[in-house]
Amino acid sequence: MAKSKPRVKAPKTAGKGDIVTIKTLISHKMETGLRKDKKTGDLIPRQIINKFMAKFNGEDVFSVDIDPAISANPYFQFSMKAEESGEFEFIWVDDSGDTYSKKSALTVN
Amino acid sequence: MHTITRRQLLAVTAATATGLALSPNFASAKAEDAMAVLDKFTGGKAPAEGKVTLKMPEIAENGNTVPLSISVDSPMTADNYVKRVVIVAEGNPRPEVATLHFSPKSGVAEASTRMRLAKTQNVVALAEMSDGSFHMVKRQVKVTIGGCGG
Repeated sequence: MAKSKPRVKAPKTAGKGDIVTIKTLISHKMETGLRKDKKTGDLIPRQIINKFMAKFNGEDVFSVDIDPAISANPYFQFSMKAEESGEFEFIWVDDSGDTYSKKSALTVN
Repeated sequence: MHTITRRQLLAVTAATATGLALSPNFASAKAEDAMAVLDKFTGGKAPAEGKVTLKMPEIAENGNTVPLSISVDSPMTADNYVKRVVIVAEGNPRPEVATLHFSPKSGVAEASTRMRLAKTQNVVALAEMSDGSFHMVKRQVKVTIGGCGG
């Protein structure tokens, strides 16, 4: 499988107390484990991103336990109340245990 | 033709009414599976209506990627916030869709994603609040082309 590429759209600056919106997407086929190989008739093994986590300065902000019913290239949009400057860390984990992560800095004025 | 007594008629009517009242839960085995997932989440506690909004298209042309937005009415403070929202699809091969975990840092309990829908069905969002109460909402989405592969 092509290597999954995470993408994040998060603001770089925010006013104190503002609610900021973060959009994330990772390229992943999200194989459900329910599809059959058209030639052999065998089930294609499940291979999905099963966990997404968003942290800010090491603290949990938002996370998702993901089941195969989430579409390919899983997309999540969520919010955070900006209280202090710091760094977002976004982590995706797939069924084979591979993790993908991306960071983004936020300056609070 | 034998005459139906008033008593018999009442009995039949009552039975039919009971059947109708139960039918949403027995529409398919899948709906039952979905209920089982929700029961596990709530620990058998009955969820209240309201507070949760689930935004989805009424008609989804492509079941492979159906946009979904959740919002829960909550102040999202340290002692009053939304802990988790579970999303369940009654007509998919497996009912579980995702569990979203919020925190007081979220500011607002709102999130969006995209999901697969195998066919026309109900989607349920059930929220667990920090005070231990549950709120849920159900929405029907019509699907033109199903999206769970072959």
